[in-house]
Amino acid sequence: MLIEIVDTPIEPGSIVAAAKAGSDGAVCIFDGIVRDNTRGRQTLYLDYEAYREMALEQMRRLAAEAVEQFGVRDVALVHRLGRLYVGETSVLVVVASAHRGAAFDACRWLIDTLKKTVPIWKRETFADGAVWADGEPFPEHLAAHSAGAEG
Amino acid sequence: MQVKVLAFGVLKDLLGTATAEIELLAGSRVGDLLRILEQSTSNLRMETSVWQSLAVAVNREYSSAATELRDGDEVALLPPVSGGDNDGVGGRDAH
Repeated sequence: MLIEIVDTPIEPGSIVAAAKAGSDGAVCIFDGIVRDNTRGRQTLYLDYEAYREMALEQMRRLAAEAVEQFGVRDVALVHRLGRLYVGETSVLVVVASAHRGAAFDACRWLIDTLKKTVPIWKRETFADGAVWADGEPFPEHLAAHSAGAEG
Repeated sequence: MQVKVLAFGVLKDLLGTATAEIELLAGSRVGDLLRILEQSTSNLRMETSVWQSLAVAVNREYSSAATELRDGDEVALLPPVSGGDNDGVGGRDAH
């Protein structure tokens, strides 16, 4: 499994090629790229930052859980940090499996869960200002103020 | 005892620092630390929602308000995460 946080451009072609094996019937790829606008505001670039050691560990666990839960053969998860411009790849999810159903399901679960639980943040700079993206609410069991957690 | 506090994303901007050493009473829990930080920043116009929506990691593991802290712990304040693609996100205007 290739699990990485990088500071340089992600090259999907070589990562996908390396993920394929003879027993695979399907490789499902999610290539997350920087879009040129958010809610009508023109995006110039995104700055990604991470709690690096924890993010990498969380990504490793997600990949292992995907293999166990969906029965896929291999997973590659790569996230880039730093300043990214329109069209560049911020995250790449590659799932190799004997059958496409499991590959699609695992790929979807991986990107959806990564976006909720892996400690990475982005600041979006527009032509007319900048914001920290709101982010997705933490799953209830991870929130510091979750029910029953108050000491 | 002393813990190292790390702040990320919008919290780093709001607190004005990425790292701080905080002195706590022995036996303090994550919730106690959050109350101290919340009180010390009450003049910063930080919305309550920021404190309600964050997660806390102690030594790189997600923790709850009830988690007991030890001397030398690394406590990270994590705003809702926003990694991946910029699919349908909004945000608050930065200063």
